[in-house]
Amino acid sequence: MLAQFGFGVFVITFLLALFSVVAAILGYFTKSDRWVEAARRAMQLTFPLIALGALTLIYLLVTGHYEFEYVYSVTSNDMPLYLKITALWGGQAGSLVLWSLLMSSFASAVTLRNWERDRELLPWVIVVTSVTLAFFLALTIFFENPFTRWWQTLTGDYVQRMFAPTGALPVIPPDGQGLNPLLRHPGMILHPPMLYLGFVAFVIPYAFAIAALVTGRSDDRWIRLTRRWTLVAWLFLSLGLVLGMRWAYDVLGWGGYWAWDPVEIAALMPWLTGTAFLHSVMIQEKRGMFKQWNMLLIILTYSLVIFGTFLTRSGVLSSVHAFSESAIGPVFFVFIGLTFITSVALLIYRWGDLKAEIEMGSLVSREALFLLNNLLFMGVLIVCFWGVIFPLTWELFTGQKETVGPPFYQRANAPLFGALMALMGIAPLSAWGRSTVKTMGRLVWKPSILAMF
Amino acid sequence: MQQTPRTGIQGRNKFIIGGLLILAAVIYLIYTATQANAEYFMTVNELKSKGNSLVGRSLRISGAVIGNTIQFDPKTMELTFDIAHVPGDNAAIQAGGGLAAVLHTAVTDPTRARLTIVYNGPKPDLLLDEAQAIITGHLGADGIFHADDLLLKCPTKYQEAIPSQVVNGN
Repeated sequence: MLAQFGFGVFVITFLLALFSVVAAILGYFTKSDRWVEAARRAMQLTFPLIALGALTLIYLLVTGHYEFEYVYSVTSNDMPLYLKITALWGGQAGSLVLWSLLMSSFASAVTLRNWERDRELLPWVIVVTSVTLAFFLALTIFFENPFTRWWQTLTGDYVQRMFAPTGALPVIPPDGQGLNPLLRHPGMILHPPMLYLGFVAFVIPYAFAIAALVTGRSDDRWIRLTRRWTLVAWLFLSLGLVLGMRWAYDVLGWGGYWAWDPVEIAALMPWLTGTAFLHSVMIQEKRGMFKQWNMLLIILTYSLVIFGTFLTRSGVLSSVHAFSESAIGPVFFVFIGLTFITSVALLIYRWGDLKAEIEMGSLVSREALFLLNNLLFMGVLIVCFWGVIFPLTWELFTGQKETVGPPFYQRANAPLFGALMALMGIAPLSAWGRSTVKTMGRLVWKPSILAMF
Repeated sequence: MQQTPRTGIQGRNKFIIGGLLILAAVIYLIYTATQANAEYFMTVNELKSKGNSLVGRSLRISGAVIGNTIQFDPKTMELTFDIAHVPGDNAAIQAGGGLAAVLHTAVTDPTRARLTIVYNGPKPDLLLDEAQAIITGHLGADGIFHADDLLLKCPTKYQEAIPSQVVNGN
């Protein structure tokens, strides 16, 4: 009964998310506040509903209902309570539920505040967050249902289905397989939720960016509104990465705290664009420049968040950290493609409106150094992206499987990271607008000599 | 008031040139690093069929660890074990019933191609029977693979298998 209830809750939430997309678009075009308000309410309702679904699943996990395939595969009688709870994100189906839960909590939180001033952005923020949420809920409902049961058919085969096949008998194993031994670690409590929080929080600034593009607002309002969200996202993603490193350090056979494994890189890539974004929005706030660039960065960050989830979930890359392989790869691929193309098309459409208000003057002004910082981060991103897709593309063209390991990343990234370190020292000394090589030289030469020792 | 120094290249151009220089540097870095560090990623079968033409080249091999071949000498820190061939293709793994099932068949099938690995260093806890190993190193002329790096994935239990000790309920 509980399983049908949990599944039903997810189906209803999915429909609700779809409704809020339609209502928000309708409200925007008919200029009807009532439709927008309906969309907002629907959006806020998704959080308690998904929480209810997730709690149902946690209840099944904790009480050891091994007749459910998911519960059977990630918990067992000998596991302590905290691990039974963390088993929610111990497998594919459950971790998608966690994604939806966190996503809906952020989306609800962002629509909770009073929206008198920037009313025209609201419908599109709802559209973007609801579409993302609906996508992840659809994965849960159609591909990775955590509530499927074991059945024994008349021919004696064991199958997993949501509903009983004709004539099949329910099967109740007395004990489960238990969580993958590698995941039985205190890191399991914090690392995955932190990483996911960082991932989903970046959806919020992206949603505002798209809202600004659609409504044609070229000012920095969307950046000011989402500044805190971006910081929260960056903080959680950073924490998630560091905790993951600490965990990997404990496990012999994972290559130390950082092994340039595809799954590690998958989480690093949105961090790189996110960090660049965090820097360059300051230039837009202070100087009215980099508007197109900021849009591009946040679009990239969003796509890389989804791409990162895709890499770890689809099994396209061989990695020691990949804990699931499944058929949802192509679906992810289509979603990434559609959202990326739509976003970039919107950006190109508004390209002319997003011209800089001031021309950049000096090569060593603070804004120029920020630009350099951004370019270096993009350089590291390109290196990482190449390293991840190289094995796939190379095989496509030559039929020969080749891959690159840590030496590649270390060699290609070292000069870029070196330049970033130097910039960290130099950039704070520069002035907005018009530093010159001479004034900068005067400030930098003494510390540079000191740094040699 | 200080004047912006005249560089000869005006306005946007110097930024475009600067950006292109950085892009060129990144492409150069990627190109040289790929050339110097690309490794063949192969299965045990592919390695065996290539024979000695690969001796000395940097390679990455994936396979299934055969538990009863693991030998570790704590004094010399020398670790040796055999791995069995596992298909590298994701579609083939899916067709074989998922990774855990494929690893299991690989280890239990005595006709599978095997490769002996030698590694110097501590024995990883994850080096267990039916674990998936991704090993970086090079092939010696003696046909033994000398590993520089061991990455291991724990043997997940037989995922799609029939639940053990099932009880029929109503």
